[in-house]
Formats: sequence, C-alpha cells, structure tokens
Amino acid sequence: MTGRLKTWAAAAAVGLGAALAAGPAQAAGELKIYNWFDYLPQELIDKFSKKHDVAVTMDTYDSNETLLSRLKAGVKGYDVAVPGDYMVQIMISEELLERVEPNQLENFKYMKKELIDVYFDSGRHYSIPYQFGTTSFMVDTTVYDGDINTLAILFDPPEKLKGKINILKDVNDVLNAGLRYLGHPRCNDNPAHLKELNDLLVNAKANWLSFNSDGAKEVLVSGDAAVGMIWNGFGLRGRLEKGSLKYAYPKEGLTAWMDNLVVLKDAPNVENAKKFLNFMLHPENAAALTNFAMYTAGVTGTEPYLTKELASALELNPPDDAPQPEFVPPCDPKVVKFYDRIWTNLLK
Amino acid sequence: MAGSLGLTTNGAVQPKAAAPISRDRLLLLSPALIAILVFLVTPLIFIITYSFLTPGTYGGVEWVFSTDAYVQFLFERDLFTEDLVFSNAYLSIYSRSALQAIVATVICLIIGFPTAYFIATRPVSQRTAWVFLITVPYWINLLIRTVSMLFIIRDEGPINHALIALGVTSEPIRMAYTDFGIALGLVYSYLPFMVLPIYASIERFDFRLMEAAYDLYSDRWTILRKIVLPITKPGIIAGSLLVFIPSLGSFIAPDLLGGGKNLMIGNLIALQFQGSRNWPFGSASAVILMTIVLIVLIIFARRRAQAAGH
Repeated sequence: MTGRLKTWAAAAAVGLGAALAAGPAQAAGELKIYNWFDYLPQELIDKFSKKHDVAVTMDTYDSNETLLSRLKAGVKGYDVAVPGDYMVQIMISEELLERVEPNQLENFKYMKKELIDVYFDSGRHYSIPYQFGTTSFMVDTTVYDGDINTLAILFDPPEKLKGKINILKDVNDVLNAGLRYLGHPRCNDNPAHLKELNDLLVNAKANWLSFNSDGAKEVLVSGDAAVGMIWNGFGLRGRLEKGSLKYAYPKEGLTAWMDNLVVLKDAPNVENAKKFLNFMLHPENAAALTNFAMYTAGVTGTEPYLTKELASALELNPPDDAPQPEFVPPCDPKVVKFYDRIWTNLLK
Repeated sequence: MAGSLGLTTNGAVQPKAAAPISRDRLLLLSPALIAILVFLVTPLIFIITYSFLTPGTYGGVEWVFSTDAYVQFLFERDLFTEDLVFSNAYLSIYSRSALQAIVATVICLIIGFPTAYFIATRPVSQRTAWVFLITVPYWINLLIRTVSMLFIIRDEGPINHALIALGVTSEPIRMAYTDFGIALGLVYSYLPFMVLPIYASIERFDFRLMEAAYDLYSDRWTILRKIVLPITKPGIIAGSLLVFIPSLGSFIAPDLLGGGKNLMIGNLIALQFQGSRNWPFGSASAVILMTIVLIVLIIFARRRAQAAGH
C-alpha cells in the first residue's frame, strides 16, 4: 500500500513539475488570440512572447460568422481576434470591440496611409490591418487548359471539371460570386434576382464536390478537386506545393477583403493586446506574417524582408486586364435574412 | 470528492435502522443526479426556451415569443409573396439522416454480431484480449480517425491507387465526399458500440440450449432464429440504439467524409448557430431531434415491457 502511494506521489510530483516548467505559469503576462486557422507563424508568437514576457495561447476559427457566433454565444477570455472588414463593422455595432485607439500606438506611423480611413473603421479607432487580399478560385491547369478567367468555371463548368469543384463554406463569398456571374448588384433584396441566384446555385451544386474552407488548399494540392475557391495567399501557398494550380481573375469580378487585428470587449489583458497590435505594426513583423500567410501587409517598409516569391506571384499581382477587386460592406438585416435562407437551402 | 466525504461522515456517525440505506443510496447517487441536473436539464431548459424566441439579426435571440422556428420546420415563406408554403426541405434532411443512421446500424449489426459471437466463443482466457483489441481504435481521437479515413478513401488515396494498379478500374472510384463515405465513417466510428453489448449477451448464453436443440434435430438456421436471437435480443437492441442515436446526430463524418455537401441533422443545427444565425431554429431542430429519439426509445421500452410481461 505504501509502495503504491509512493508511486502515486512520485507521479504527481513529476506532473506538477512538468506543469510548472511548461512556460505559461512562468511568464509575467498572458495573451489569448482568437484567429483564423493557419494564419500566424509560430516564430512570431515566440518572438512576441520573449520580447514582452507574455505567454501566448491561440485558438482558431474558419469563418467570420463562426467568430461572431462564438462571441455572441458568450465565449469570453480572448484578448484579440482577426475579423474581416465587414465583420469589424458588425462587431463595432454589436459592441463586441474595445475602442483602444490603435492610432495612438507608436508603430501606427508605418501604416499605409490609404488604409487609415476605411469604411468599417474610419480613422482606425478599433482595428489595424492584419493582411488583405482577394477571394477567387484556382484551377489545376493539367486537368483543364481553357480560359479560366470566368465564373462560369464555378457555375457552369466545362465537362472536365464537373464534380471536381470545392467551394468555400462562406455564405458571402459564394452568394457574391453568384450575383456577379448573373450580373446583379451585391447586397441585393430584389426577389426576382434572388430567385435567379437560388436556382443558379442549386443547379451548380450538382457539379460541386464539397464545401470546405480550412481544407481549401489541401483539397487542391491532393488532387481531390481540380477547381477550388480560395483566398489569394492561401492559393499561392498551394501553388508552391503544386505548380499546375493557377489563380483566376474572373472577368465578372472578385471580392477584396481586409482582415484586421482588434481587441475584444472586456479583454482580460488589454495592455498586452495593445502591445501585440503595436508589435504587428512593425514592418519586420508584418513582413514575417506576410511571408507566412502570403497575402499583403497593411504597413509600409516590409519590402526588404519579403521573400522573392511574393514579388512576382500572380496571386498577389493581378494582370493589367483583371477587374478591380471589390469590397462588399455588410448588407442590411433584411438582405442577410434572404442570404441565410438561400444558403441553408443550398446546403441541405 | 465532496460526495464521498459526506457519505463517510453522515453514514457512519448516525447509524439508524432503516434510514441509512436509502440515505446512502441517495448520497451515492447525488453526484450523478447533480451532474444530470446541471449539465443536462439546465441546457435543455435553455434550448427549449430559445426555440420559442425571435432570432437576432447577428445571432443571439430577442426576447419576443414566437413559434416561427417550429413553423419554419414544415413551411417556408415564399421569396416573392411571403405566403406560407409547405416545404419538405428540413423533413428531407431528417429522413436522409434517419436513413444514413439505419444503414449504419444494419451494417454494424451484420459485422458486429458475428464478431461478438466469435469473441464470446473463444476460451475465457482469450476473451479479454479480443475485447481489448476492439477498443484499440478508441485510443485515438474521433476527429483524427475520421480525417485519416478521408486520406485512405480519397481519389488519390491508397485504396484507389491499389485498385488502379491491380487493373480493377482505370478511373479512381469516388468514395470520399459521398453518402458512401458518410456511411463508412459512421460504421467505423460506432461499430464497437454494437459489438460490446451483443458480446455481453452472448457471453451469458447457455450453449447447452444449442446442444439440446441439435439433439432434437433442429437445423442451424432454426437454432439461430428460435434460440440465439431471442436470447441475445436485449444485446442487439442495446447495440442498435447505441449506434443509431449517435449516428442520427453525427456531425464530423458528414462534414468531413461527405464534403459538407448534404447536411445531416447535426450539421443543420450547427449551421443555424453559425452561418445562418438563427438560434431559435437551431434550438427547435434540436428539440425535434430529441423528441424523435425519445419516441424511438419509448417504443423499444414498451415492446420490452410487453415481451417481459408474456
């Protein structure tokens, strides 16, 4: 009996020691990040952690809607998050963000001037840019070598691509692409247009393989899909793994987006969160993030640190004849309800 | 911890005649009762309440009473006229889920029964090892097992590579992102839940009954039908319920192996809380699912009671 007790005590002591040695308990401060999957390199976490003596933990989500629903469901304890442009506006109106005046931060001077007065946070009272880019799709050119710069690839695909199309699990990206293909305005509440959109999507779904966001790159690289909706930087990462993938600039138009670093309302570690914002505004760190995520940074002076793939990548440098990418602000509640119904109807 | 401490002080210090038994029993039950009350009944009250409220635009609820969530289950408002028209959209999700769950249950039964029979007829000393082997997959997280499954059955996966190499097929056979993929995932996930209860009932089976039947010139089929199946029926029913119920509400298999293309009930409910931001409808869907499961359970319980009464 005593022998057994000793073993237990020894095991407990080892466990306790391990817990104490594991870092988090030793650092002076804490920072909890809620971020998109696969969107922040470990080296930056370590660098920040070391510099400010802060233990960093991170959880991930796969869409702006998931972020919003988790916060609305009362999930607490996160300090910073990375919502997209329209979601920043929604989160401000829903009082989910802390007004931390990032424009007062030391490194705010590095911001690209044209990104300060944005529609969702003019003057930058709540947010700083994290990365920005476009949403389109990629095609495996070994499977299909025709013209890919049209949304017909998604909605009326050539025979070779039928059944090999992955779609992002994102209501806005999918419905906006559909509206562009039909030539109808975004944030649309015209019932005739919506009916047309609904029919288009339901018919197109017969040719689609899957709805997947966090596997959007993997499904293309593995060859399960020959076409996949994707964000440009994620697509570039895919192309570096599989050279035959090509990013499309559909003539009907494509979405521009900007992800932003924000501090959440009632964040437990507001000061560390502000330090993190300031840290991420520094060109060297913004460049490290850009080299990892492969979108575009919102600060100037990153060029000397960027890898050479980024400078010439088609994904980041649209050809001259490509349409201007379009930001889509949040639609009004009536339209949101319509969109939700069409989306549910599509996924059933 | 607190429960067991209370038990020793109360139970030992006040030794009364008849009372301690029921009190001990209550104290022993209390951790389970408290857990059920806190983690089952409370969320249930929330879900039922929310299902009768109005959805907020960006998620959450507005505290305005409404039965819209239940109306929406069977009817939808026309995009043009706002008239209510009957819609089988959600019914079809429920019936497809039920069908997938039934298929998974039947396949589990077909594979599980012989497996359980095999294990139960090994020498006693070997049985533990066999049961132990059944549990091995459970050492790995369900999500990881499901993702691995996807890697195996995908177009570029080992199964299709082997089939093409052997000349069985020239084009890869599509298994991932189909209903077949979902069924495979469900069977793989829940098979042990079928094997273990059946094993338990066969293990208790008195094999002398079988010998007696042989002596009376019964054939194997009749023995299975008239003796083995009736006696092991409780195990079969328990196993079937344990496979059917989680399959009906499963979330990971349809999302990953089915490609998120054809919703099952679990995905429909998740969607209402995320993309569609309609919490009352998500809650109502969950309430309807629970009601269906409850009805199935009551039917089985009644049948069992009737069978016991005869």
